[in-house]
Amino acid sequence: MWFWGAILFWLAAWGFNAWLARQPVAKTRAVRLFVPALFGVTLLILWEGVVRGLNVPGVILPAPSVIWGTIKASVPVLWIDFVQTILKGALSGYAIGCGAAVLTAILIDRSPFLQRGLLPVGNFVAALPIVGIAPILVMWFGFDWQSKAAVVVVMVFFPVLVNTVAGLAATERMQRDLMATYSASYGQTLMKLRLPAAMPFIFNGLKIATTLALIGAIVAEFFGSPTRGMGFRISTAVGQLALDMVWAEIAVAALAGSAFYGLVAGIEKSVTFWHPSQRGRR
Amino acid sequence: MRSLLPILTVVAAIVALWYGATVWLNSQWSYDQAARAGVEISFSEMVADTMAQERPVLPAPHQVAEGLWQGVAGQKITSKRSLVYHGWITFSATMLGFAIGTGLGVLLAVGIVHDRAMDMSVMPWAIASQTVPILAIAPMVIVVLGGPPLNVPPLFSKAVIAAYLTFFPVVVGMVKGLRSPDGMQMDLLKTYNASNRQTFWKLRLPASMPYLFASLKVAVAAAVVGTIVAELPSGAVAGLGARLLQGSYYGQTVQIWAALFAAATLAAGLVVIIGVVERVTLARMGMAR
Repeated sequence: MWFWGAILFWLAAWGFNAWLARQPVAKTRAVRLFVPALFGVTLLILWEGVVRGLNVPGVILPAPSVIWGTIKASVPVLWIDFVQTILKGALSGYAIGCGAAVLTAILIDRSPFLQRGLLPVGNFVAALPIVGIAPILVMWFGFDWQSKAAVVVVMVFFPVLVNTVAGLAATERMQRDLMATYSASYGQTLMKLRLPAAMPFIFNGLKIATTLALIGAIVAEFFGSPTRGMGFRISTAVGQLALDMVWAEIAVAALAGSAFYGLVAGIEKSVTFWHPSQRGRR
Repeated sequence: MRSLLPILTVVAAIVALWYGATVWLNSQWSYDQAARAGVEISFSEMVADTMAQERPVLPAPHQVAEGLWQGVAGQKITSKRSLVYHGWITFSATMLGFAIGTGLGVLLAVGIVHDRAMDMSVMPWAIASQTVPILAIAPMVIVVLGGPPLNVPPLFSKAVIAAYLTFFPVVVGMVKGLRSPDGMQMDLLKTYNASNRQTFWKLRLPASMPYLFASLKVAVAAAVVGTIVAELPSGAVAGLGARLLQGSYYGQTVQIWAALFAAATLAAGLVVIIGVVERVTLARMGMAR
């Protein structure tokens, strides 16, 4: 009953979306938001229907309604974990790592020799499984959030560094010559021309780093943490087969990740309002 | 070649910094040991000691190199202490997941490009899912799939994570690639009266190759990370991730660093291999830049 109902709803919603996509209104903003929203709701209903209809046990896949109940019932716990992992671990590490990366990029900017050496190394390191240093850093900085912040610092450093160096090289000869005819100093050229011109690149790195920061903070907790934090909760709840709790934490992590990304993208929009990719969307 | 000297300089600087940090971080232990034994040690003796501790806070580069050499060449390949053995376990799960993820990703991208409804409903979610820390679900997937009643072997449950991480970069890159032919080229095929299928095989697919390879490089690095994290939950006894975790349980820092470098070599090697395949393929297609 539940199963076939869900399948039927899925087919109906899919047909409606397909019909909507062919209509002339498909270009409007409302429809562009409505179609993916309906698709998301359909997935949730399909999930609920399959779990209920086929009697899937909760230790394999809990239904969305059960997960929602767990979220509502354990808001205090989720909040404590959120503060420990996201606010203390990920955000502080993100700020330190990105700040250090931008400063390093500005410092090595004056030496083409260092750039030619550091860029390939940075690109290489950015592709490595850096989360692997988590056990080492947990050993050095202890179990609390400092070690998680340290993992995040290392993880976000190289993507932001590589992007910032590329951004600082993005100005054209003409523009730099113009600054020279104004007899602008190095500092003035940097602040008024090259850093603003580098912003689209820097924000590209910052956006990549948001996801890495959350992953670093959560995975580092698998190697040892105080008795709170999202990674800790996930690994202990998996051990107790309390999967509804795991899914609740994942929902919080997904929300936090999207919100964090959205925040950085919003700042980007207001900082790089002049860039063609932002102007076109008005 | 022009950048070889700068790169070597930077690498040499990193190694030098590492040796400095080794002395700095390990000196405390050396002094403590000396004080406990009731002897005074000179600076040079202390430096020598920091290079050769059994469980240093930070192993010196040559200790890590020795650990790596021991793990790769010093053991039989089938031994539980061989890094080749653990590396193979990680590698096979990564490759299986990578293949599945790439296949599904390309299929979904083809669907998205040809069906407007699919494009409008799936694409925003595919992009949004990139901002979600997906790796957090790795332990759950391993335990749920690996335990009763499903009892999936670890190779496949790890491959699921790797496939998941491979999937989205491939979808996003491939959609971009399949859409990359411009209006002029599409119009030309229309004047040839080419069917949708012919347009796909003769124009869209070849045009998407550079985009596909760019996302494959990102995806394979992510797949290695995924497999290693998937090996972390207790119960995993083989693989580079399990090696990392055991090392951190028993304070075997040299073992952790050796496993870490093995993982880095694996990831870098896979990226390089895809880069070579890319260059050969694009050259044969006449698209070499």
